[in-house]
Amino acid sequence: MKNYSFRFDKKVFALTLAIALLAAACGKKAPIAPPPPPPPPTASNNNGAPTSGRPVVAEFSIEPSSVERGQSAVMRWTVTGSNNVSINNGVGTVPASGTRRMTPPETITYTLTATGTAGETTATATVTVTGPAAPPPPARNNTGGSRGTLESRVQSDLRDVLYDYDSNNISDAARAALTADADALKRIFADFPTASVNVEGHCDERGSAEYNLGLGDRRATSARDFLAQLGIPADKLKTISYGKERPVCTESDESCWQRNRRAHFSVGQ
Amino acid sequence: MRVKLAGSVSIAALLLTGAATVFAQDIQRWITSSGGKPALAVIEFRGSGSQPFMDKFNSTLFNDLQGSALFDLRPKSMFPLNNPQRPEDLRAEDGGQGFALSDWANAPVSASHLVFGYTAAQNGVLVLYGNVDDTSQRNPQSVPLLASRYTGSLDEAGAIHVAHEFANDIIQKFGGTGSLLGSRIYFSSKRNGAKGSEEIWVMDWDGSNQKQLTRLNSLSFMPSVSPDGSRVAFTSYAKGTPRLMMLDTMSGRALPFYNQEASLNQNASFTPDGKQVYYASTASGTAQIFASSVDGQGFRRVSHRDAVEVEPKVNPKNPGQLLLVGGPLHPQIYQMNSDGVGVERVTNGQGEATNPAWHPDGQHFAFSWTSGIAAGNFNLFVMDIGSREYLQLTHGEGRNENPSWAPDGKHLVFMSNRSGTEQIYTMLANGTQIKQLTTQGINRFPVWGVK
Repeated sequence: MKNYSFRFDKKVFALTLAIALLAAACGKKAPIAPPPPPPPPTASNNNGAPTSGRPVVAEFSIEPSSVERGQSAVMRWTVTGSNNVSINNGVGTVPASGTRRMTPPETITYTLTATGTAGETTATATVTVTGPAAPPPPARNNTGGSRGTLESRVQSDLRDVLYDYDSNNISDAARAALTADADALKRIFADFPTASVNVEGHCDERGSAEYNLGLGDRRATSARDFLAQLGIPADKLKTISYGKERPVCTESDESCWQRNRRAHFSVGQ
Repeated sequence: MRVKLAGSVSIAALLLTGAATVFAQDIQRWITSSGGKPALAVIEFRGSGSQPFMDKFNSTLFNDLQGSALFDLRPKSMFPLNNPQRPEDLRAEDGGQGFALSDWANAPVSASHLVFGYTAAQNGVLVLYGNVDDTSQRNPQSVPLLASRYTGSLDEAGAIHVAHEFANDIIQKFGGTGSLLGSRIYFSSKRNGAKGSEEIWVMDWDGSNQKQLTRLNSLSFMPSVSPDGSRVAFTSYAKGTPRLMMLDTMSGRALPFYNQEASLNQNASFTPDGKQVYYASTASGTAQIFASSVDGQGFRRVSHRDAVEVEPKVNPKNPGQLLLVGGPLHPQIYQMNSDGVGVERVTNGQGEATNPAWHPDGQHFAFSWTSGIAAGNFNLFVMDIGSREYLQLTHGEGRNENPSWAPDGKHLVFMSNRSGTEQIYTMLANGTQIKQLTTQGINRFPVWGVK
């Protein structure tokens, strides 16, 4: 029998990708040996070096020494002749050598204290944090917030723009709706700076489905272009035509047809 | 030819909406290519060990023969008592009881040919013995017009299969061309899926064997089929915005198609050699006609008008000529050369005219039109592109849209909401013999492929 399946199976795709990557990795002529395992934590000297004398801090650094807020840096240290190494500011006791990734909220100086049988050695390292204070977290899923979600805002603040039959002309009423929508969009984009909004073009049931796809696209484009003239960045507005495939009502009368001849706003992906 | 056509003038006259007499004869000629019709008496076939499937067999055979529009099928109520099943049953005289061919030639049956035979289960296989005899033969043992053996699986599907094959042989014996056997209808269906989803389906030309081709869980519709039936292109929202997708009709696998960066790519139409497609895209702003190779590469803009343009349709006999649907006001059908020049409106500007579908002869096309009636109330018409004469095929039985010609040039498949929901129907080119092929869910955008 013929196989008529036409699926995009994510599992199969992932498996194929994994096999492909594996095959690529195995394809190299001289396989590189994996790095050796990290040395065991050493509270005592395991190199046979004398334990008398003060510990030596061979390295204590933070790279990069200056980061922008939100970026991470790596702390690196190597100590010999110590049986106890600790770092302040919440890091605590650590092995004689190691690394630690951190994302410091502010400029901070760390002090490493290495204790040996004959005393202790200290070293310091500083990371400088630059840039503006972190923005408040997005309120996108904050349904309890006064600003509401992006979805609820798009749904409640933006009005449909209505069109005449077989037309994408912006009427006076549509002009008023779009002007109000532009103001609302500015507030929405101020509250949700990374958001994008779909401008959907729709048609009534009367024309052909094929022509209505083209007409719906033209309606969405005319609404987007008008909003762009009012200062809304066009790249935040994505047009999509649904033709007559997504009606808001199905009665065969002018009041329903008018409601369906619209540009409608929805949250972009 | 003239004389023979006279017999059908009365039917043709009923079709006329204007002075399109010559054109009506065109249509009549597609339907009855041989003028006078053979009168067939088709007995009720019986089965030995296969009787449970014979109702389906008999109805399939009858429908195929009637659907060909080649024959006058004589009513069974007039048949004599004895129905021969084997050539050996025939004798020179039977006193009007049915075992003589003259019993079928004479009134009231008045058949020119007798179609008879039977089926039997043999070694787990359904075997059909099918015969056609000329009833005017004097000697019942003379060479028959057709005497063949057909095999199929021992089930209903096998019974349908052998009925189709037998009917096809009969049709070919009588000069029927472009048989529908093996042809398939591609369409989109809203059934068995998530709410709002629509998938591409395929069925045999008579509505049997309906199969789902895509499982994209999205809105996928408006299929078109390549001239050789190997590819189906369709428009899908699977990736968010409407884009063109293509699949191999045999394997069901997706074939690559490069979509231009655009909010809309839709309505692919294949060139007669199957190597290029024309489609509508908003890559340049408003939807315009573009052309590309069959994988979407090497695209170029074809039309340059400030109006929505969709549904390009390449003439099957002349790849240099396109039909398309365009604005700027109420959509009409235009013709255009494949290089984008020579744009000319073909329909008369009244109402809305959409869904052009070339007849295989490249001279005529079917379309849907709201002429003279309220917007949205589409009926199907056929137009002669040379004379611009047209005939109306449907008359207000719901909306009637998306016509597509069968390979035989005699039948059309189309979508109608006459039953209350959008379903798929076939009919003869003169508007008769309407058959509903789908009932489950909503079914739209039929297109007839050679396979």
